[in-house]
Amino acid sequence: MKEVSLKINGKSVSLDIDPATPLLYILRNELELNGPKYGCGLQQCGACMVLLDGKATPSCMLPVAAAEGKEVVSLEGLAKKDGTLHPVQQAFIDEQAAQCGYCLNGMVIHAVSILGENPTASDTEIRKALDQNICRCGTHARILKAVQKARRS
Amino acid sequence: MSNRRTFIKQVGSISIGFSLLGPFSCISEGKSSAMPAGKKEIDPENIDSWIELQADGKLKVITGKMELGQGISIAIMQVAAEELQLPIERVSIQLAETGVTPNEGITAGSRSIETSAMNVRRAAACAREVLLKKTSEKTGLSMTEISLEEGRIRAGDNYYDWSEIMDGQEQQRVFEPETYYGKTKRKLVGKPVPRPDLEKMIRGEEFYVQDLRFPEMLHARIIRPPSYKTKLQSLNEDLASNSPGFVKLVRLGYFIAVVAEKEYEAIQIQKKLEQTCEWASEPIPSSPADLKSYIKSLPANSNIDEEPGDWKAENKNSTIKASYSKPYIMHAANGPSCAVAIYNDGILDIWSHSQGVYPLRDTIANMLDLPQDKIHIKGVPGSGCYGHNAADDVAAEAALIAKELPGRHIRLQWMREEEHGWEPYGTAMIMEHEATLDESGQIATWNYELWSDGHSTRPTSGDPANLLPARYLNKDFGVPGQGWRGGAIRNAPPIYKTDKFRLTSHIFEGPLRISALRGLGAYANVFGIECFMDELAEAAGKDVFEFRFAHLEDKRAVDCLKRLREMTFNVSPTPGEGFGIGFAQYKNSASYCGVAALVEISEQNKSPVVKKMWGVIDSGECINPDGLKNQTEGGMIQSASWTLMEQVKWNSNGITSLDWQSYPMLRFQEIPEIEVEVIDRPDMPPLGAGEAAQGPAAAAVANAIYKAGGKRFRDLPVVR
Repeated sequence: MKEVSLKINGKSVSLDIDPATPLLYILRNELELNGPKYGCGLQQCGACMVLLDGKATPSCMLPVAAAEGKEVVSLEGLAKKDGTLHPVQQAFIDEQAAQCGYCLNGMVIHAVSILGENPTASDTEIRKALDQNICRCGTHARILKAVQKARRS
Repeated sequence: MSNRRTFIKQVGSISIGFSLLGPFSCISEGKSSAMPAGKKEIDPENIDSWIELQADGKLKVITGKMELGQGISIAIMQVAAEELQLPIERVSIQLAETGVTPNEGITAGSRSIETSAMNVRRAAACAREVLLKKTSEKTGLSMTEISLEEGRIRAGDNYYDWSEIMDGQEQQRVFEPETYYGKTKRKLVGKPVPRPDLEKMIRGEEFYVQDLRFPEMLHARIIRPPSYKTKLQSLNEDLASNSPGFVKLVRLGYFIAVVAEKEYEAIQIQKKLEQTCEWASEPIPSSPADLKSYIKSLPANSNIDEEPGDWKAENKNSTIKASYSKPYIMHAANGPSCAVAIYNDGILDIWSHSQGVYPLRDTIANMLDLPQDKIHIKGVPGSGCYGHNAADDVAAEAALIAKELPGRHIRLQWMREEEHGWEPYGTAMIMEHEATLDESGQIATWNYELWSDGHSTRPTSGDPANLLPARYLNKDFGVPGQGWRGGAIRNAPPIYKTDKFRLTSHIFEGPLRISALRGLGAYANVFGIECFMDELAEAAGKDVFEFRFAHLEDKRAVDCLKRLREMTFNVSPTPGEGFGIGFAQYKNSASYCGVAALVEISEQNKSPVVKKMWGVIDSGECINPDGLKNQTEGGMIQSASWTLMEQVKWNSNGITSLDWQSYPMLRFQEIPEIEVEVIDRPDMPPLGAGEAAQGPAAAAVANAIYKAGGKRFRDLPVVR
């Protein structure tokens, strides 16, 4: 056990925890966040993505200690304080871009990251980046429309 | 009256419905661990089994079905809101829960709109007619002066709350209402009303069974053997008990689970034990490479299912033959299966994403030798399942563990390799066709022979053998027997007119664990039939649309295909591209669905790429066109993925498709552009739709690949 200090969704937290624990389990179980999901634990599906200093990163294998000193933003941290959704989140609702929705966390977080790095990312660039994220319901076409819509806004 | 109104206002939202003592109690939204108080039988003939009018002008609809991501919730809410003239914001939904909702069996077979939504619609229309009639009696006004508005009753110039009209004591039975507003007004029905649950998901609110947390909740993991038929040789228990966070090792026969304080601790102990456990396993026979010959060598339960006319060709020389096959395919949920359970004071509470909470309850009761009324299962959405995956298994495992550790909530989620390796797959099948054409190019005779394992090992009969852990317990419940023949022959009789036809099915017991996967046998049957239709059209020298029209008698089938042809009229494939179609009426009784695909095989990339897909679906009365499109788009993409690249692999030691690299599926860079149109028929009954696209999409892709100058791929997947 070791004390680990994190900055998550703008708040500082200190935890006495095994520093090898992957960040995902800390977010879900210690901090009770629902956004990041367990999908594979192998960095193959993207369901667990969070923003690490603004860049979409799988959290399922990342030791929590490696997130120290970095800004972690989860799905819950995207909306404004007054509840207004992030434009990417809003675009997903506008396009009804979900079926079961289990992959949505990764899709939204990754889209925020892609458009954050390059607000004019091409469709090909968006597809290439989102290739990391699995959707089993086949909602891809709608998800692409949602990201394109968010890009316009 | 004023006293009663005051009381109702004070307590907020009390059921005033059609029985004040309706089926609801403290279990409302989520997390209570108490049993529902009302033990009364939930009679589907009572209005309040389906809807609950609340004193504040809100409505709760009650369904025995589960939300699987298919969007059933919004559709059921829409039909009820329409009948009671409520804005959708005032409507909520209660999903399947034992002792609370009607027992509607399994959420499967694309039947939820046809059954549950129609039950709710009828109950809501009945409620409206009772409310209006009682208002007329109370006020003396004629029915034409009374209407429902925003959760209140307008009678002339006066408004009444529902509670002022209903005294709440009287049980009302459902009847056949005079009018369905869903057919006459259609203010909400037939409109693309957005799904209210999407915002919960997008904000990261507690929504999935995976998200449930309870005070002092413990985490469990299972120690899996390497393969199906196995016996434990040795287990180092000290390795577990000396690990951080260790709480308990549950050992019931060969069923072994570890429980720890923290989830990651449980995972680490699981890994350690799996590495050191010794098992004696029987090899899995056969291999993916020799599967076709292996299947044919198995003993089979054979049956001639249909034989109108004498199918035997008069002229054997002109017989056209083709042998197709599909491999084992996974449900492969994005989120591994999960359940939470607690055993307290003789009561077992389970939270599960099962598709059938009542059948699961009855089967777990038999496994644990507990009375059914001591088990309560609440349905909570999980990751999309597309059929019978491990949802029931994980609930049974959590129940076994909880019973060994009374008083604490146990959360169990499978790891990725467990989900891939232990779920029951959609079975492999072989589909062999032979046919003859007459002089005019019409099909004269058609013989279809298929080989399939069963397609369902759901726990519907109450037999614990259908729950994975039951086979490892001291009281060995064995493995499920032969599955349901009906799943194998789903859509096996072609929709096309042939006077002489024979269908023979051979049901075998294959090497891998199987159960229901989206569409059951229809995916493979339609794939084979629709590819064979293209092969016959080519032999007859006919256009693929025209050849189908020449064999179709059902006008809706013709309309659907004509619409598909119009949509794709301007498509002109360039060299290296191919265009193909597929069509079926799902189950030969549900939705009509036609799919077209444009595929490219380039010089650089020898693997076919699906560039665009078009779909047309006629599901009769469409409740929510956006939901229907979403399901159809998803079905088309999922089917394209199955068809192009999905195949469970194994060797004698066990399953080797254990992650997303060893079981790849279609990802964003290969996703086609998608266009779907709905043919809405408001006057017709709604037809099941969720599985309609699987078969047609598979055939469209394979037929397009052939036209692209590629091969005729008869053995799936295309890319091996």
